[in-house]
Amino acid sequence: MVEKFDAIVVGAGPSGNSAAYTLAKAGLKVLQIERGEYSGSKNVQGAIMYADALEKIIPDFREDAPLERHVIEQRIWLLGDDSYIGTNYRSDSFNSEKPNRYTIIRSQFDRWFNEKVREAGALVICETTVTELLRDANGKVYGVRTDRVNGEVHADVVIMADGVNALLARRADFQKELPPENVALAVKEIHFIDPALIEQRFQVKDDEGVVIEIMGKVTGGMVGTAFLYTNKESLTIGIGCLISDFKEKGITPYKLLEDLKNHPVIKPLIEGGEVKEYAGHLIPEGGYKAVPQCYGDGWMVVGDAAHLNNAAHREGSNLAMTSGRFAAETVIELKKLGKAPVASNLALYKKKLDDSFVLKDLKKYRNLPGIMHMSPQFFGAYPDLLNGAAHDLFTVDGVDKKTKENKILKSFVKRRSVFGLMGDAFKLARAFR
Amino acid sequence: MHIVVCIKQVPDSAQIRIHPVTNTIMRQGVPAIINPYDLFSLEEALRLKDRFGGRVTVLTMGPPMAEASLRKALSFGATHAVLLTDRKFAGSDTLATSYALTSAIRKLHEEEPVDMVFCGKQTIDGDTAQVGPGIATRMNMQQLTYVAKIEDVNLESREITVHRRSEGGVQVLKSQLPAMITMLEGSNTMRFGTMDDMFRAARTPLMNWNKDTCVDDESKVGLKGSPTVVSKVFVPKPRAQKAKMVTAEGGSPALAAAAVDMLFTTYPKLATDLAG
Repeated sequence: MVEKFDAIVVGAGPSGNSAAYTLAKAGLKVLQIERGEYSGSKNVQGAIMYADALEKIIPDFREDAPLERHVIEQRIWLLGDDSYIGTNYRSDSFNSEKPNRYTIIRSQFDRWFNEKVREAGALVICETTVTELLRDANGKVYGVRTDRVNGEVHADVVIMADGVNALLARRADFQKELPPENVALAVKEIHFIDPALIEQRFQVKDDEGVVIEIMGKVTGGMVGTAFLYTNKESLTIGIGCLISDFKEKGITPYKLLEDLKNHPVIKPLIEGGEVKEYAGHLIPEGGYKAVPQCYGDGWMVVGDAAHLNNAAHREGSNLAMTSGRFAAETVIELKKLGKAPVASNLALYKKKLDDSFVLKDLKKYRNLPGIMHMSPQFFGAYPDLLNGAAHDLFTVDGVDKKTKENKILKSFVKRRSVFGLMGDAFKLARAFR
Repeated sequence: MHIVVCIKQVPDSAQIRIHPVTNTIMRQGVPAIINPYDLFSLEEALRLKDRFGGRVTVLTMGPPMAEASLRKALSFGATHAVLLTDRKFAGSDTLATSYALTSAIRKLHEEEPVDMVFCGKQTIDGDTAQVGPGIATRMNMQQLTYVAKIEDVNLESREITVHRRSEGGVQVLKSQLPAMITMLEGSNTMRFGTMDDMFRAARTPLMNWNKDTCVDDESKVGLKGSPTVVSKVFVPKPRAQKAKMVTAEGGSPALAAAAVDMLFTTYPKLATDLAG
């Protein structure tokens, strides 16, 4: 006898856990299938967790979720060869009772989240890979097949939360192969370090944390960014660039990470740590224009599998959680109305995405990925020029300020030309408008 | 046929680290696994169940988190699972552990007569290899350790024939049931459970037992029942000898001779040993 469920959720990352939790909480018969040994065992992120998206699913998550530090300071650094220029924003009001952002370690956080899914009543099966969707003669999805003997399971609706590669949707021809310019490859390390050193180097106490987002020379002229996050007793450092750029430049990701770790402004921050974990993962960076069809007869895709990632603001897990919740709420609402989960009804899911920050934000930055891909100067030349300008301005050497200003201006014009500068300004405005 | 398989949840020793500051073992974030030696015994028990039918009960003593190990054992195909957990069991050495486990097996035996008990050859955290034999002694069972192969089981004559690895070679032994068996590593490969096994593992209620469920003499468990005293735990000093790199570009006989020369100069004892 093949078992039948109200819904099957494939994958146990933030989007899958959100979907399965919301469905189970509403009393639906839910099966969640995860290929890793446990939820989180294969999941990789920086990782920053945005409280708002999770609060809407588990309001009291702060009581027992494994959170590292709440973020009280955001730094954005543009790196030169041996310098950085940047902005810091630090506020004591981020120390509120319900902080807005946290650093997390995904293997622990996802495991906790998945335990909540089980407690809510979903049946969770790990170490099992879904190999394909089961579809009837009309193409309607009615279940999944797994890699285990007697692996067929049926459901009214299948929610695919299987991550950036979206293997299931692609195998079913719901999605095309990701073009390399729409995907970044990021690598990161977790360095175990004495918490006292973290407190001292980042001027934090208790569970306060600092986030540094980094651009500049360290990406070797490729479109990409780097980051350094403070955890309870570790630091996470990572860097990622577009796959198409890696391919073109022939630079290896680990070389970038080594260069970043040895950069004179980074090195003193991580010194004395011991590498505890090394991980790499793909990130969907294609933005609004790369979002695929995300529902059909008997199926929906959520999270990274639906390319829901805001590269401009480095938000992903909140889009994932929210999309997972929307997919679940769609199923719940349809069930209440006695409507079948066919494409015309599941369009409600897309509407929810359209009406929320998820697709509104992606739409706002719809031109960004294309422009950035064509404009490596924003990742190489400009950080360099700005660092040079700051260096000249802050060096007191008897040269008068007017001459210094002219020199700086000349350096910009020489590198980018007057038209180039104007064009870049226009591009930036267009990308972020 | 009723087979009881004793398993233990242990920290994955491949992933244990020493805290760089305090020099203590860091268990935080170290995944807990089923003691790898137990899996060979579990798989052998499952094979016997495939052949003869019946019941395979996995039994573990440990903290509540050991449930994960039992669920895993169920997902491989075990039919029943007992979690023996009680604060009073904390600090048990091998003598006390074998007493508590024996108490549980006796209770299982009352439910349905036990034909065989399988244990891991040893654990990867304690490494004593004493608990299995302890159970056999207390239960007055035949004891077959280091079994490489179960040749035959005859349920009518209640005889079992096994190949047992010993120092000199392989012993082929015929013995009586009930027997306590520990399997040698590499004697089989753990199966990949079916989808039905996965469903069953997620749904089977565990039998949650504590000292009141089965233990008669409380003084024989926990710290009180454990004569073993751990006087000190320390990190062994790493052998601080630096490796020397010999560049062998071109790989000439002269280079090889120089390398050997250097070896003898660094370790004069090596030369006398070889000469002697």
